[in-house]
Amino acid sequence: MIQQEIHEILAATFPEAILGATLEGVHDPSVQVAPDHIVEVARFLRDDDRFQFDTLMCLSGMDFTGGKLGVVYHLHSIAKSHKLTLKIEVPVEDPRCQSVESVWKTANWHEREAYDLIGVVFDGHPDLRRILLPYDWDGHPLRKDYQVPEFYNGMKVPY
Amino acid sequence: MTEPFVHDLAPARPPTIPGLGRPLRDHEMVISMGPQHPSTHGVLRLELVVDGEIVVDVIPHMGYLHRCFEKHCEHMANYQQVIPYVDRMDYVAAMNMEFGYVVAAEKLLGIRVPERVEYIRVIMAELSRIVSHLIAIGTYGMDIGAFTPFLYCMRDREHVLDIFERACGARLLYNYMWVGGLSHDVPVDFAERVKAFCRYFRPNIKELNDLLSHNKIFIERTANVGVLPQEVAINYACSGPILRGSGVKWDLRKNDPYSVYDRFDFDIPVGRGEHGTVGDCWDRYMVRVREMEQCLNIIEQAVDQLPEGNVQEAIPKRVRPPKGELYLRTESPKGELGYYLVSDGTPSPFRVKVKSPCFVNLSALPAISRGAMIADIVAILGSIDIVLGEVDR
Repeated sequence: MIQQEIHEILAATFPEAILGATLEGVHDPSVQVAPDHIVEVARFLRDDDRFQFDTLMCLSGMDFTGGKLGVVYHLHSIAKSHKLTLKIEVPVEDPRCQSVESVWKTANWHEREAYDLIGVVFDGHPDLRRILLPYDWDGHPLRKDYQVPEFYNGMKVPY
Repeated sequence: MTEPFVHDLAPARPPTIPGLGRPLRDHEMVISMGPQHPSTHGVLRLELVVDGEIVVDVIPHMGYLHRCFEKHCEHMANYQQVIPYVDRMDYVAAMNMEFGYVVAAEKLLGIRVPERVEYIRVIMAELSRIVSHLIAIGTYGMDIGAFTPFLYCMRDREHVLDIFERACGARLLYNYMWVGGLSHDVPVDFAERVKAFCRYFRPNIKELNDLLSHNKIFIERTANVGVLPQEVAINYACSGPILRGSGVKWDLRKNDPYSVYDRFDFDIPVGRGEHGTVGDCWDRYMVRVREMEQCLNIIEQAVDQLPEGNVQEAIPKRVRPPKGELYLRTESPKGELGYYLVSDGTPSPFRVKVKSPCFVNLSALPAISRGAMIADIVAILGSIDIVLGEVDR
């Protein structure tokens, strides 16, 4: 199924959740979703027979700059062999969105990574801890305005 | 008068363990396995919650090798400079890491590379896949208690590393595939050497099967252990030999071909549960062995068709990529390696995100280890075949 049709069906089913789409002239067509509706959209995409998006290929935290963080979901269907990109944007002052861990288990670690490196907070995540950095690290390194701390636990950070 | 000392007989609150999600029950104990443990294949720490000899839960802790190379990439002057960093992710299959990156970057930049480059890349990537599987198989045997196969695997690996060394001078971290081409053309006797390796290596796979794959002790240790059902594997987005071991015939080289893989004739081995259940450790192991034979098939076909050409003519001097983004995935030895590249129109990348197959496959470890014995954890972890450089990035 081509992304144009997927977007039309989604926009008709969730009029308040789909904020827009970029379908033309790009490598990966994407659909913009409201942060507090991502779980219902994700569950619909996984369970509906027309889509069957059974795999979450990748989940990336993003710093879009200009006071906006975000999450990008790359979906794929093994059964139907089609792909879709979902995007959500959250303000940097209150970077909260819903967790899709209940839909795709693989999101568990990906969301922990996005929380760790970007600082997006996933509501409903069963175990939102840092995953790659030490548990007592301050800050989120992949933010564009990140400053490397001078000291970590009293030790000089050599960089 | 001082207060009489009173023993506090109230039971201490049971300790809570981050990641377990509940307090520890009676009879349960926590064992730390790693980070310096030979069977964790690097620096991975597993907290095992055990009840006697039975593992109730596994909590992995990683990040000991984390260097946030994604942040480094954002400070690179151009897309070419990222390649040495991706080499260091899966350092036993650096060719495949480079391959995925250059294919993604070339698509983003809109570069077409000469046919000769594509064929040499495929040959190198498949040789590298053999190397990676040899290490996976050898160390897996050693985890289970078979030392000899490890030495045999390392012996055969040397021959491939010699081929790599003659092509680019390096044996482990190559920086060989560049965006738009290769750092060097292959030496004149490359085709003969590769063919000689294929002739030499094919009988050794049979020897390996006799020695390890169909060994009774090995089968006892791995069959029916760590069974990963199909739908769980898909929900955890497992890929590569893990997914195929669970019986899903899915290989990006066939199902979503990139480069020139659509021109070669080869099979996708899947787990069939010959000695136990579909998706057990033995199946995952055996998929790797059978994949090595298919790699040899691809290599032989590619060497025969290798066209002439200049491998450096398409390398761009200065590049300003158009604004845009793409997610491109390739089949690395461990599974689906995805690069999410975002360009904001400047010469350096805005964001490089790697979907690491080891990271994702490892996330399924707790799901398939619950209820296993402690010794089985070693077998299950070895069958997932992780490289911590890629998990931690």
